[in-house]
Amino acid sequence: MSFLSYLINGLRLGSVYAIIALGYTMVYGIAKMLNFAHGDVIMVGAYTAFFAATAAGLPLIPAVLLAMAVCTVLGVAIERFAYKPLRSATSLSVLITAIGVSYLLQNAAQLLWTSNPRIFPSLFSNGAFELGGLSISYVTVITIVTCIVIMVCLMLFVNKTRTGSAMRACAEDQGAAALMGINVNRIISLTFAIGSGLAAIASVLLCSTYPTVTPTLGAMPGIKAFTAAVFGGIGSIPGAFLGGLLLGIIEILAGAYISTQLSDAIVFAVLIIVLLIRPSGLLGKKVREKV
Amino acid sequence: MNNKRSQIVSFSIIIILYAVLEILLKTGNLSSLFSSLLIPVCCYMAAAIGLNLNVGISGELNLGQAGFMSIGAFTGICVSGMLSGVISNGVIRLVTAMIVGMILAGVFGILIGIPTLKLSGDYLAIVTLAFGEIIKSLVTNLYLGMDSRGLHFSFVQNKVSLEPGGKMLLNGAMGATGTERIASFTAGVILVLICLAFVYNLMDSGSGRAIMAARDNRIAASSIGIDVTRTKMLAFVVSAGMAGAAGALYGLSFSTLEPRKFDFNLSIMILVYVVLGGLGNMTGTLIATMLLVTLPQMLRGLSDFRMLIYAIVLIAMMLITNNEKVKIFIEKMRLRRKEKGAGNGEN
Amino acid sequence: MGKTDDPVLKVEGLGIDFGGLTAVNDFSLTVYPNEIRGLIGPNGAGKTTVFNMLTKVYDPSRGTIIFDGKDTSGMTEVEINRAGIARTFQNIRLFSGMTVLDNVRAGMNGVITYGNLSAVLRLPSFRKQEKEIRERSVELLEIFGLKDDMDLLAGNLPYGAQRRLEMARAMATGPKLLLLDEPAAGMNPQETEELMDMVRSIRDRFDISILLIEHDMQLVMGICEKITVLNYGMVLSEGTPSEIQNDPQVIKAYLGD
Repeated sequence: MSFLSYLINGLRLGSVYAIIALGYTMVYGIAKMLNFAHGDVIMVGAYTAFFAATAAGLPLIPAVLLAMAVCTVLGVAIERFAYKPLRSATSLSVLITAIGVSYLLQNAAQLLWTSNPRIFPSLFSNGAFELGGLSISYVTVITIVTCIVIMVCLMLFVNKTRTGSAMRACAEDQGAAALMGINVNRIISLTFAIGSGLAAIASVLLCSTYPTVTPTLGAMPGIKAFTAAVFGGIGSIPGAFLGGLLLGIIEILAGAYISTQLSDAIVFAVLIIVLLIRPSGLLGKKVREKV
Repeated sequence: MNNKRSQIVSFSIIIILYAVLEILLKTGNLSSLFSSLLIPVCCYMAAAIGLNLNVGISGELNLGQAGFMSIGAFTGICVSGMLSGVISNGVIRLVTAMIVGMILAGVFGILIGIPTLKLSGDYLAIVTLAFGEIIKSLVTNLYLGMDSRGLHFSFVQNKVSLEPGGKMLLNGAMGATGTERIASFTAGVILVLICLAFVYNLMDSGSGRAIMAARDNRIAASSIGIDVTRTKMLAFVVSAGMAGAAGALYGLSFSTLEPRKFDFNLSIMILVYVVLGGLGNMTGTLIATMLLVTLPQMLRGLSDFRMLIYAIVLIAMMLITNNEKVKIFIEKMRLRRKEKGAGNGEN
Repeated sequence: MGKTDDPVLKVEGLGIDFGGLTAVNDFSLTVYPNEIRGLIGPNGAGKTTVFNMLTKVYDPSRGTIIFDGKDTSGMTEVEINRAGIARTFQNIRLFSGMTVLDNVRAGMNGVITYGNLSAVLRLPSFRKQEKEIRERSVELLEIFGLKDDMDLLAGNLPYGAQRRLEMARAMATGPKLLLLDEPAAGMNPQETEELMDMVRSIRDRFDISILLIEHDMQLVMGICEKITVLNYGMVLSEGTPSEIQNDPQVIKAYLGD
């Protein structure tokens, strides 16, 4: 394979990471928590889409919509029952709870669907664009375009709508936002809903790349996407997008030119180097404590 | 403060449990399942005590404790393997392996700490998370063998060819195989006691106060001449060193050990012991570790449901301990006990 | 009032910009040994910024700070404290999870010579020095009226006591110059009165210089020998309390046109 086709594969994987990272970064920005269960929401989305496509025989779009609905409800429910009672608790307690939720989802999935891997059906048509000897599959194009569309929509939503500005206010200072008459709880729920819905989209795109569905499928992409969000500057939407894309590209290129087994190590090493040079990530803003 | 009392409680718990378990073990009254847990529990405790210094007392989130244990484990296994022809005494070899494991883990701690601990926020968490993954990935790709000509290693692909009589110490994803099991429960208990004494004495000293001061208020700490980065580094490196020693003991208690054993989940598991036991509370850490290691085993009868129940217990514990009403209730009980104590002329 | 002594602090042409905005400009100040100096000015005049530059929380963009005869440029916050400047904070910054005693003991870390190993092994050198530190800390707590509360968590102290603890902690570092940032904020008149006595008595007892920021004019005029007025980041006036009180420029700055 040529460098260009590796690059395109990297963009495809990176787009999936970026979509997950967008959910991560929004939740972190608003709720100031590392939602380690986010990866497992992806897993639930993947199983939903799998059953929708195989057992119910639904085509692509309805299957994705169903997965989005399930994940959104799940995400909002997790926030309502596990995280909301901990608003005033230490961030460590919230982190441990998120880990508990992650275990819960993984083990529930294992009980319900066993740990036997299931092969995700191909929901996209198998064709490809031919561009001067380079073949780019439809699903690659769809993945990249979906990611860009989502990013643009989120930017417009956050910057141009009333709800979006309420979100930004909550991200800045929840107490002050509440004083301004913003319903903080509703905004947090909405953030989880959006993040989880995006996770569902990501799950279908991820499973089109790696078509095995298992209860632990979300763990590694979850950690990678979190890394991507930090890489780009956590809390920043364009940062998550950029971080996701770069991470995917680095992973694929490192696997192709250095070693597949070491590609994860290289990805994380790059993260550490970036953080050392730019502690707030690529597009994050620096905050200074007032003395 | 009742610092002294909690120290006595911690030491007593360990010593009494050790005596009881040792008697049960010697009289053959301990199930093989439980006796197989003894050394790992000690290792988790030692790693958790270190992590509590780092997370609870120094206030930095560390998500890579398994990475340090991994370094300690595979270093320890290699050291023991290399010395097997030189030192026949298992105890001396074990102690040497643990010390080397501890030092190497500590050195890695310094390397990571230098750039990260200058920054405030969740950087250590992210960098240690990444570090744990990197170590797992590197060890998974490392091949190390030894024969009469010395050590041979290769990376990614096994290109190590040994003379007859040579042996492989590390075998990539398979990790260490055929390790001589020189670890013992007694060694584990001694390790836990040393770690406890170390942390308690360090906390009650100038460095301990500096660590807590840097946690409570970074700017104020600098204003009274405390070098925040250095004190955070001390807590982090001690934590890493303890994980290294614990890892070495752990590694030498199994005949085979895969590198993927030390994954993100193990780091999280140890963090859970620390948080559930109470930040900065060493006695709590010990109890939480014991309970949480044995809980899934006791739930074994429920087979498939045990991890589900574990997850639910975890969430429930966090929700209950952070519930305002429960907090007020505990505070009331504490005050009542204090009053009673004062009334009886205690304190 | 040894005006002939060498100054303990000599600041010249000090200035700092934040992203193109000049917060403090051409600030000069000379403090002599054993002097109590006031730094006043309307809100936002840059008083705390001056403290932050003196203690190296912020790096000045311009100017020199000579402390105790030494140029402090290039020093860190920690080195400045070791050199002999200690401070309190406008928004109290105690170690709230530590006891009152430990807050003060933490201030004495600079004198510790025992190593961590002798601490862990409880060697005689450790025991001896810890005993001294404890005694000196209790002594300081007594001076600041906190001895009875020494086992309480600092975060559980009442407000006024927290302010006093911050001063005790700063004094524990053995400074030559103490910077107090609004020590009387939030205190009632009686507490303020007590505070004034306390500030004077620690100056005399420890033979130090004190530079204080304060809005309470009764306190400033009552204990400061000389006052510097800051407005819009620049020195507006300097003089004795009576000179300042009668300076039309100062009155204008405070009351507006």
